[in-house]
Amino acid sequence: MLGATFLLALREIRRHILRSILTTLGIIIGVAAVVTMVTLGNGVTASVQDEISSLGASNFIVFPVRTDRGTLRPFDQDDVDAVQRQIAGVTVAAGNVTANVTAFHNGQDWDTSVTGANRAFLEAQTVEVTEGRAFTRDEETAGKNVCLLGLKVREEIFLPDVSPLGEQMRLNDVSCIVVGVLEERGQGASGADDNDTVFMPLKTVQRRFRGNDDLDFFVLKYDAGYASSAIQDSLVDLLRERRLLRDAEANDFNVIDTAQVNDALGSVTGALTAMVAVIASISLLVGGIGIMNIMLVSVTERTREIGIRLAIGALAREVRLQFLTEAVVLCALGGLVGLILAFLASISLASAIEVPFVFDPTINILALAFCAFMGIVFGYYPARRASQLDPIEALRHE
Amino acid sequence: MSAPSPPEPLIELEGITKVFGTGSAAFQALKGVDLKIDRGQFVAIMGPSGSGKSTTMNILGCLDVPTDGIFRFKGVEVQKLDRDQRSLLRRKYLGFVFQGFNLLARTTALENVELPLLYRGEKKSVRQEAAMRSLDAVGLGPWASHTPAELSGGQQQRVAIARALVTDPDVLLADEPTGNLDSERSVEIMELLRRLNAEGITVLMVTHEEEMAAFAKTIVHFRDGLVERIERGARSMEVPA
Repeated sequence: MLGATFLLALREIRRHILRSILTTLGIIIGVAAVVTMVTLGNGVTASVQDEISSLGASNFIVFPVRTDRGTLRPFDQDDVDAVQRQIAGVTVAAGNVTANVTAFHNGQDWDTSVTGANRAFLEAQTVEVTEGRAFTRDEETAGKNVCLLGLKVREEIFLPDVSPLGEQMRLNDVSCIVVGVLEERGQGASGADDNDTVFMPLKTVQRRFRGNDDLDFFVLKYDAGYASSAIQDSLVDLLRERRLLRDAEANDFNVIDTAQVNDALGSVTGALTAMVAVIASISLLVGGIGIMNIMLVSVTERTREIGIRLAIGALAREVRLQFLTEAVVLCALGGLVGLILAFLASISLASAIEVPFVFDPTINILALAFCAFMGIVFGYYPARRASQLDPIEALRHE
Repeated sequence: MSAPSPPEPLIELEGITKVFGTGSAAFQALKGVDLKIDRGQFVAIMGPSGSGKSTTMNILGCLDVPTDGIFRFKGVEVQKLDRDQRSLLRRKYLGFVFQGFNLLARTTALENVELPLLYRGEKKSVRQEAAMRSLDAVGLGPWASHTPAELSGGQQQRVAIARALVTDPDVLLADEPTGNLDSERSVEIMELLRRLNAEGITVLMVTHEEEMAAFAKTIVHFRDGLVERIERGARSMEVPA
């Protein structure tokens, strides 16, 4: 019975295919919009999380900022050492500098950057060395010309099947020996590709490429047993003290708490999703009213058919079920078309705005179920009307 | 041992009245109809328009209920049943044939005939087999996959009869079954109804054509909401060929 009702519903919808499509357009667009936005939102969240993880596994990132008077006072290794020594709970603190360079090897050249960072930095950010080894303490303290290749640089100027370990390469006019290759990393927070760099010991980069002892920023990690706010307070106090800031003076540095960034981004995507949900529910409401309208038209058109069915012994609830099924199938088909559109739109939009396409089965199933539910809500009144027709009147209907 | 009681009539109308509308617009269509119809009868109901014959037919078909009076069908007082109970009664014991055929358009003859079985919850294979048998009985087996638009009026009416027969009903109700047909097709349909009656089914038919009524065993004449007289059909005594 239910199977036959379902087939009948499909047949009725196919009979008025154009009308069915136009009617379900509201639902199609609503579903396509919601599912696309949620899917893209997931993609954005994924890529943001990727970026956050490329901010590193560290807890705080500290960098100098320009004061009102326009001065920028960089940190140096003494600051980092002080933080590590004087703040209880800090497990790792490590500085970082970067310079733009052109890398040469084997007749190839590639514009990239050189990152000055020691083993501690790689540990703080949990960047693994997949081939070869990290820098030794000697290499770090002596500022030796050794380097670790980012994957991108390795691909661009090294032969794919030959190990680059022990090879000599040149960064601008500084030559260095490749001692290791880094694991693949995500897109950088700044949008730059974190794979597109060459690591050298901090001191080497400071001396050979920057010509000073400045740090661009430093990161730190603390023991999970300590409160984030307590660490941050001590950190700010210590740095203010070291930088001789008076009470009235604002901080001339910034401390980023990666956990907070994470939360903030999460709440932004949450707000966006909520906004889309509101817009979509308006669209779905309009779509639902369209469904109700067309079902009422259908009931009127098929009054005679309803009369026949009632006369030959259909119960009121069987007629109701028939029209309800039709409304549900109509809505569900609309939802299905919406999902297909959403799928296609998500894939192309995801590649256009360069976020990963993350298929979320939950939202797809939920959207479809919601459409079916809408069919019940908006199909109920027309179906009830059909079921309550007087068979004699209905049979007389032209 | 007592003498066997006389068989209960299949249908019994006692003092049936029907009023449409209320107040000054009220119209009394039936003014106290008494009628008994036995099993195996072939009854033609005749009368001018407005005489109450269609109203009576609707009540007999359990599509409508009387304003007052008692309508017993197989001993059950139908006027006391609700809408769904009457639907179940129609589904189980009644078959309908209408003047306008009332087939579902764009639906094959076979599917039209299957329809009543669908509401009985029969399986598809059972439905199709019974529907095919029914179509064969009205001589339309080869037309099973045609839609009403592809069939002549006479054929459409035979599909409608097949649909009415498919549930093996006790009573076949035909409301002006030949009203939309030419005289040759009309006679074919009447011959078919008479044959079915001869096979045991009770037939109730509304008509305004004397020649068609003549096929019935009994003719009930209505006038002004009352039964005027009852006579025997002129051709009903002919031996079927």
